[in-house]
Amino acid sequence: MKQTESHKPKVSRLELFLAFSRISLSSFGGAIFWARRELVERQRWLTEREFVDVFTLGQLLPGPNVLNLTVIVGHRFGGWTGAVAAVAGFLGWPCLVVIGMGMLYQRYGALPQAQHALAGMSSVAAGLLLATVIKLATVLPRHWRPWLFGLLAFAGVGVMGWPLFWVIGALAPWAIFAAWKEQD
Amino acid sequence: MDTLDLGGLFLHFLLLWFLAIGGPSTIFPGIHRYVVDVHHLLTNAQFAELYTLAQVAPGPNAMYVTLIGWHLAGWKGVIATTIPLLVPAATLTLLVGHLNERYPNAPTGRALRRGLMPITLGLVFASATILMRTVNHNAYGYLITFVTVAVVLRKPWNPLWLFAGGALVGLAGLV
Repeated sequence: MKQTESHKPKVSRLELFLAFSRISLSSFGGAIFWARRELVERQRWLTEREFVDVFTLGQLLPGPNVLNLTVIVGHRFGGWTGAVAAVAGFLGWPCLVVIGMGMLYQRYGALPQAQHALAGMSSVAAGLLLATVIKLATVLPRHWRPWLFGLLAFAGVGVMGWPLFWVIGALAPWAIFAAWKEQD
Repeated sequence: MDTLDLGGLFLHFLLLWFLAIGGPSTIFPGIHRYVVDVHHLLTNAQFAELYTLAQVAPGPNAMYVTLIGWHLAGWKGVIATTIPLLVPAATLTLLVGHLNERYPNAPTGRALRRGLMPITLGLVFASATILMRTVNHNAYGYLITFVTVAVVLRKPWNPLWLFAGGALVGLAGLV
């Protein structure tokens, strides 16, 4: 705790807002790459190790993981108001862009060209998500149990079409208990 | 769209986001089910188009919920779908962030992380397959999806080029 305090740089609310605006506006197709570049390489607010810790925490918590990272980093450097400044920078711009797109969609979405182009892009979006899962799955331990839980979660939601709430509620306690037992 | 219940939408999305452990794609099926299957607020095709539009926009991919909100009810819809995205993340993140800074190596945290990780991955995989079946209607669509997977796994290219390529194939009338 002492150690992290000692090299924690002073960062203003405005700097937080601007840094997360930059991350947000440059992050097409995945914000994590840009967040690391800005926070670790450009601003040097976090070390590589601290960044990995914060990101893991963000992934563990519900919601978009880079948004969680934004809240944690904003809060670490500027308390509640720092978190608000960081989130405003990170979500404000995309919100406006998306609403602009919504307006265009409502006006031109019915055009056959726009629909054809969007259909092709939808197939790409599905591919991006599939590729992300494949990349993430490489961190799973080589053991039957995690793969079984993963497979059951996939089957319940993706094949059977059951509600998420019940699938998570049925699997999570067993999975956490098993992971708990496994520790020495 | 007259039967749109914004309060119900808000509460359902709030509950869903509390479940979104491992990122927004874990609750994609839940949002799809509520908006398309249960309440028929959007058709499957509209849902797929709005989702894709949001992927092309900068910022977190989860912004598609904001776009759905805008499409359904303008600014009120934006608020009803975007605030739920923030609330669980903000409250739990601050709480856990605080605890984690105090007790960085607590065994409870490690068990939670290791236990939930595979479930999370299974749910993201489910989202990916549901999305794939929703958006692809012929062999060319599936071909684009699988080419995208292959390229992303092998090359560090900006995904925007793939989107541009997909748009061109779409404009050619193949998908």
